[in-house]
Amino acid sequence: MLLKTMKLTATTALGLIVGLTPALAQMTEVGAGEGELSIVAWAGYIERGETDPGFDWVTKFEESTGCKVSVKTANTSDEMVALMNEGGFDLVTASGDASLRLIAGGRVQEINKDLIPSWSTIDPRLQDAPWHTVDGKHYGVPYMWGPNVLMYNTEVFKEPPTSWNVVFEEQTLPDGQSNKGRVQAYDGPIHVADAAQYLMFHKPELGITSPYELNEDQYKAALDLLRGQRELVSRYWHDAFIQIDDFKNEGVVASGSWPFQVNLLKAGGAPVASTIPQEGATGWADTTMLHVDSEHPNCAYMWFEHQLASNLQSDLSVWFGANPSVPAACTDGRGKQTAEGCTTNGMDDFEKIRFWTTPVADCAQGEDTCVPYYRWVSDYIGVIGGR
Amino acid sequence: MTSPTPAILPERGLADRLTALFWRHPRLLLAVLLTPPLLWLGVVYLGSLFALLLQSFYSIDEFSGVVKEEFTLKTYAELFRAQNLDIIIRTLVMSAAVTIGCALIAFPIAYYAARFARGKWKAVFYLGVMLPLWSSYLVKVYAWKLILAKEGIITWAAEGVGLSMILNAILAIPGIGGNSLSTSPLGTFIVFVYVWLPYMILPMQAALERVPTSMLEASADLGASRAQTFRTVILPLAMPGVIAGSIFTFSLTMGDYIIPQIVGTSARFIGLAVYQLQGTAGNIPLAAAFAVVPIVIMLIYLTIAKRKGAFDAL
Repeated sequence: MLLKTMKLTATTALGLIVGLTPALAQMTEVGAGEGELSIVAWAGYIERGETDPGFDWVTKFEESTGCKVSVKTANTSDEMVALMNEGGFDLVTASGDASLRLIAGGRVQEINKDLIPSWSTIDPRLQDAPWHTVDGKHYGVPYMWGPNVLMYNTEVFKEPPTSWNVVFEEQTLPDGQSNKGRVQAYDGPIHVADAAQYLMFHKPELGITSPYELNEDQYKAALDLLRGQRELVSRYWHDAFIQIDDFKNEGVVASGSWPFQVNLLKAGGAPVASTIPQEGATGWADTTMLHVDSEHPNCAYMWFEHQLASNLQSDLSVWFGANPSVPAACTDGRGKQTAEGCTTNGMDDFEKIRFWTTPVADCAQGEDTCVPYYRWVSDYIGVIGGR
Repeated sequence: MTSPTPAILPERGLADRLTALFWRHPRLLLAVLLTPPLLWLGVVYLGSLFALLLQSFYSIDEFSGVVKEEFTLKTYAELFRAQNLDIIIRTLVMSAAVTIGCALIAFPIAYYAARFARGKWKAVFYLGVMLPLWSSYLVKVYAWKLILAKEGIITWAAEGVGLSMILNAILAIPGIGGNSLSTSPLGTFIVFVYVWLPYMILPMQAALERVPTSMLEASADLGASRAQTFRTVILPLAMPGVIAGSIFTFSLTMGDYIIPQIVGTSARFIGLAVYQLQGTAGNIPLAAAFAVVPIVIMLIYLTIAKRKGAFDAL
């Protein structure tokens, strides 16, 4: 009884502190900037020329709008959801495995696309993408997309590996040594999808149609594959910079990775390259979303326009090795990107990439037949713990 | 003739009135003096603990990741899932191993410092023990990641003197070995021992210094050998110091979340699980439930330690 009363008091007090603001209706006009904008983003997504003076898409925005940009870097989608649940941020560059959770949790607000003049320049394949559009309502503005590539050491692999099996199954690599202890995997539950996609190609009898929609049998097969992978992987990666260090000092020669690490390692003179093997790749398509309690919505809408119309799309796609959401950015010379560069980054492979989405119980195979995300989380912790 | 001074002087102002008030009600003064520290302890310290406990009785909506504020024991039941029990056991084993490792290494050092080091050497000893505490903890851990790496100095040195065989044999031991020292549980153990060693040496030394020389002389006079004296006199008297040190190493290892993240096999420890569950997965209820585990373990540990008189040496 005492506990209950105290709990009630605590919740009421909390409610008063947080301010029980009703969910904002979507904006109807963009007013003057509020002077600030805080963004939760992936590493390397918001550059102001401090890492490399040639890559800067923040300074000009700040000068023209007066909105001072601050960035909170997140390493995984779960971290992004957690930060947005905590609040205090305006924008988040959410991948498909976070965006729907944010919408379901009521953490992001509907976007009025009429307030974004360059909306029509967005790749038509992305304009109404299911990871940010629910019931015809838009909850974000497409940012960047790209594949999760296979990064490999060019001294070990003279030819690019053609299959993801180098990270999933024990084998002798071209340099005559086993891959055991020399490969890495992503330290996030969404990696289960990479295993599922590998099985989709090699075990068609399982009947996997989407790596994000797995029934119990398919899910079990994917986990078994990952348990085998645990024997090969000495350490999983979740921090891009620790992976970079492991490629340099830990003798790691192959791993699923982001073009970001590939580019940084290459820039540092390391013998690495990346490829998309025959099984295809999972990928991310990120969307900038606006927090429901954002204190700087005007600056946020200015950022929406900025992210589509400025040098951002073009230069970021070079910097991150990703693809712009505005196809014109590949060719119109607004930044450093070229048509060839976009092709290298996989601009033409859109159909081959299976974009991160949050696994849910009700899927195409039927209601309550697929394994939902929370089980991916706890089971993947088990797999990494050797269970 | 002047009138006699009255026994009770008239009040001369606020200070007098306050003095009188406090004199008449001694408990009031006590209350005034104690309120600020009690408020601190009650609101900031116990309040946050209580908030933590409260969170652990909530559960999480598994899709949206939003905390459901309804009283439930579901979250505690989750602790008993196999992979979560693994985490708890793994952490306990590591904490125990680190504590024993620290005790074994620290004892000779503390013994030498307490019994034999004099003057200048004593200062050098103190400096030596404290020095690692002056630099950033993160820097030390990253330095160890490089030292232990497959292409790091230890592997290089082992190759240089032809000891690669031994290193590889150690790394081949299942359970503690791995691909390289930096990706094995053994590596995690080494870094933990290095980082927490000073916290073991200092209380041990304090306890050893308090062992009176007269007792050792008496022991010798009565015909005890040096080994007997050590076993029956020094060790029991130093035990409170060992236990006090072990409280530090044990609890620090149990709560740490940085070392297993940088050095080791990526397998979770309690601290890392709490960090990831609250920061990464947004599962604050489970994180809170996990955080309660070390509290319970430490309460049991402290009760035992108190019986052994460990707090006399602090």
